[in-house]
Amino acid sequence: MSDHPSRYHHVLPEIVEQLASDKPFGAAKMQATRYSYADAMLELGERNPDVVVLDADVSKSMRTNDFAKRFPERSFNFGIAEQNMMAAAAGMATTGLIPFASTYAVFASLRALDQVRNSIHYPRLNVKIAASHSGITPGPDGVTHQGQEDLSLLRAIANSTVVAPADPVSAKLAVHAAAAYDGPVYLSFTRDPVPTIYSPDFPLRLGRAVVVRDGWDATIIALRDLVAHALVAAARLAEAGLEVRVIDCHTLKPLDVECVLRAAHETGAIVTAENNVIFGGLGSAVAEVLVENHPIPMQRIGVRDIFTESGPYLALLDKYGMSARHMAEAVRQVMARKRRA
Amino acid sequence: MHQVSSAARTEIGPSIEELKGTAQVIRRDIITMIHAAQAGHPGGSLSATDIVTALYFRIMRLDPADPHWPDRDRFILSKGHACPVWYAALAERGFFDKTHLATLRKLDSILQGHADMKKTPGIDMTVGSLGQGICAGLGMALAGKLHGKDYHVFVMIGDGESQEGSVWEAALAAPRWKLDNLTVIVDNNGIQNDTFTDDIMPVEPLAEKWRAFRWNVIEIDGHKMEEIVPALESCLYRDPPDSAGAEGHQPEDCDTTVTRRPGIPTVIIAKTVKGRGVSFMENVPAWHGAAPNDAQAQAALAEFAEGLR
Repeated sequence: MSDHPSRYHHVLPEIVEQLASDKPFGAAKMQATRYSYADAMLELGERNPDVVVLDADVSKSMRTNDFAKRFPERSFNFGIAEQNMMAAAAGMATTGLIPFASTYAVFASLRALDQVRNSIHYPRLNVKIAASHSGITPGPDGVTHQGQEDLSLLRAIANSTVVAPADPVSAKLAVHAAAAYDGPVYLSFTRDPVPTIYSPDFPLRLGRAVVVRDGWDATIIALRDLVAHALVAAARLAEAGLEVRVIDCHTLKPLDVECVLRAAHETGAIVTAENNVIFGGLGSAVAEVLVENHPIPMQRIGVRDIFTESGPYLALLDKYGMSARHMAEAVRQVMARKRRA
Repeated sequence: MHQVSSAARTEIGPSIEELKGTAQVIRRDIITMIHAAQAGHPGGSLSATDIVTALYFRIMRLDPADPHWPDRDRFILSKGHACPVWYAALAERGFFDKTHLATLRKLDSILQGHADMKKTPGIDMTVGSLGQGICAGLGMALAGKLHGKDYHVFVMIGDGESQEGSVWEAALAAPRWKLDNLTVIVDNNGIQNDTFTDDIMPVEPLAEKWRAFRWNVIEIDGHKMEEIVPALESCLYRDPPDSAGAEGHQPEDCDTTVTRRPGIPTVIIAKTVKGRGVSFMENVPAWHGAAPNDAQAQAALAEFAEGLR
């Protein structure tokens, strides 16, 4: 039985109940957020005739072939040619279409990064980049297919909006929010299934982080798949009497500076958690804000200066220091530093 | 075949002779602006001048007062470093005041070193990183078909640019989607940044490559207006405004006959001379990306003035 359900916001009651157990997501509905993207595109396709989906030979994997079946005239499979797809998406956007260019994170953020920068972001065209296999979520595929730097790379580009939703519910909401926004948006999805943790009332607004658990001893700021693990870490720490705030920072850029600073002032210690390299991503973004405004003890969870490897997703998270126990340990360390300060 | 969207904005273009005169005005502006900037790419601007002139003054359906007109024809200078020719043509055509030309590459200018669609009226796509404009043009052509529009998309690439792999990604894709509303023009001047294309990484035979990619291939002299105009008119997605039909259309003042091929994109491989029109720049690799000094600019302008070409 979990601690104080009232401290949680927008988290499903059945999730809250089991967070501190041995199988925290045993009852959760599991789904890869790439499929949430595909589901949202079907809704968008019905609603908005300007929405088109571009693929690069992974439409089966991302299930955008559902969109292709329903709206064949608005579906374009470029084959294994991500560079052409991204620049063509830019060209389409100049005419008022809203292209969703779909591929894996490594290809979107690396293979076609020049096109993403110069043809999409520089002219600030209304292209949505839908990237599956972000972080090390395509575990068994190995490093060539793990987008372990995508968030950092996209964040570095001017005019970018970078969104990494935590679960299937918020992923669908993120797709709709991206479609409603006029400008480029990078959407980061998981290859592997993640637990459905949120209720449908999750308030996803671009650039507005969400406090999903209250706390005052420390804060874990997480995004994408690591939010669920941050909730587990907080639940376990609660058993030891520590109250940890958990923030779902689904929009990495623009960062919700106000939410970060409020956490810094009110809890005095911050751990960031991202399934992404620790350079230039969420940890960096939060550190930049803290160091210029309110320096407090802080620690970053993420992929260190290393290429990861093949393996089951959860085993990889554990081996590379990104699971709940690592977050809990990091919280204890920043709290110790806070006390010494 | 297609309804012209706005008859009021359709013009019958100037004659071949008038076009030749306009091209010389644009060449003069290119030299003047690159000299003023003391930086830029005269060689590839001058090799593209005659084709760009034909597009903006005779072929394309445009409204300089409404550069975002949805039914306009599009042009993308994928070899974006040659944008002085684009700027000079747009200014001459009335998209913006000619006084801007002197601000090329300067602080706060609307004329960036490589073209920025958000800063310059009439620029249909931001370009500069090679091999991308052709893909963007492909996207515009796809959108045109999806929207049921009859506009045409022209993209100019360089022969050096053809070394970029993404050019061939687009080349592979356009026939698959039957984009006969897309025309690629290769400004085949034989020189790239370092030196002659043949000495760096040869791209020939270009015609055979494009044919193998299932494109309709037209080869022309890219400085002969009598060949440029009918070649461009022949691939227009809609009927040219001054012709009765597309089949076998032959403008009176042109000397070649070409036919449209429905469902097949066209590439025009234009043999050109880098630095064309300035005797000491012609076919000299050093003029790819160098600005003329005062004396050189004067000499070039004098050549135009004397009508040596």
